Amino acid sequence: MSLLTPELLANIGRESEPKREIVTRRDIRKYAIATNNPQRKYLDGDEAPPMFHVPLFWDVVELEQLSPDGVSIDPLLPKFPLHRDMAGGLEIEYLNPIHPGDWLTSTRTLTDIYEKKGRSGPLIFYEVIMEIHNDDDELVIREKMTRILR
Amino acid sequence: MNVAVGDALPEQFHTPDNVQLMLYNAALWNGHRIHFDEPYAKEVEGYPGLVIAGPLLGDWLNQVVELWLGESGRLTKIEYSNRAASYIGETLTAGGNVTAVEGNTITIEVYIKNEDGDVIAPGVATAEIIA
Repeated sequence: MSLLTPELLANIGRESEPKREIVTRRDIRKYAIATNNPQRKYLDGDEAPPMFHVPLFWDVVELEQLSPDGVSIDPLLPKFPLHRDMAGGLEIEYLNPIHPGDWLTSTRTLTDIYEKKGRSGPLIFYEVIMEIHNDDDELVIREKMTRILR
Repeated sequence: MNVAVGDALPEQFHTPDNVQLMLYNAALWNGHRIHFDEPYAKEVEGYPGLVIAGPLLGDWLNQVVELWLGESGRLTKIEYSNRAASYIGETLTAGGNVTAVEGNTITIEVYIKNEDGDVIAPGVATAEIIA
């Protein structure tokens, strides 16, 4: 029997409220250092390295909004029947560079929910597309995230 | 930049420790206990140790391509999957091989391997040659 009810699947297409964030040299530097990036332009924060949008748009939630395992509950997602969340993968298009001082706006859409049989039981996959624009309304990054619930 | 199908990218090696993993997750605001609470990771989620964050492996795939390109090209697209978990204490290897060259567009198969040589995060990157 499928874990995916029609009610659950009806959430496909749901969009988040846009989030707007400013890029700072300090945040770029922290990210470049924590990822072992050896390139000086990133370590000095002159330009954002690839994947800097991941920390920039990770949800900043308050402590009581974290579940006991320390995970923040993504308000875009419905309540799934499986709860252990694992990284699945990313597909990222880099269209324009990111520099300190840039204001970026992201919108996220839940684009798919599907089920697969894993070695130790059923797995639920979900996909979220995030589009990031700058204040000139140029698309800077388009990302498709896949995550797995077990 | 002269690029041909079959070219191998110089490999990069990463041995993250608890401090690096903590700083990475702090930069994200990621409080998932499997990355810093070892008793929780082992006893509750059944992992053998502290789990290296999946998107950190993805970052290293981006890095291995950018370091190889230098100023001669630009990374335009990357996709990867997290196939298996890895743990603090392991040394991971990032690398890649050129699989297609069409005009200025090159396609590279990238990988993160663990110490057993298993590919735990395969991916495909696309880059544009500038010079």
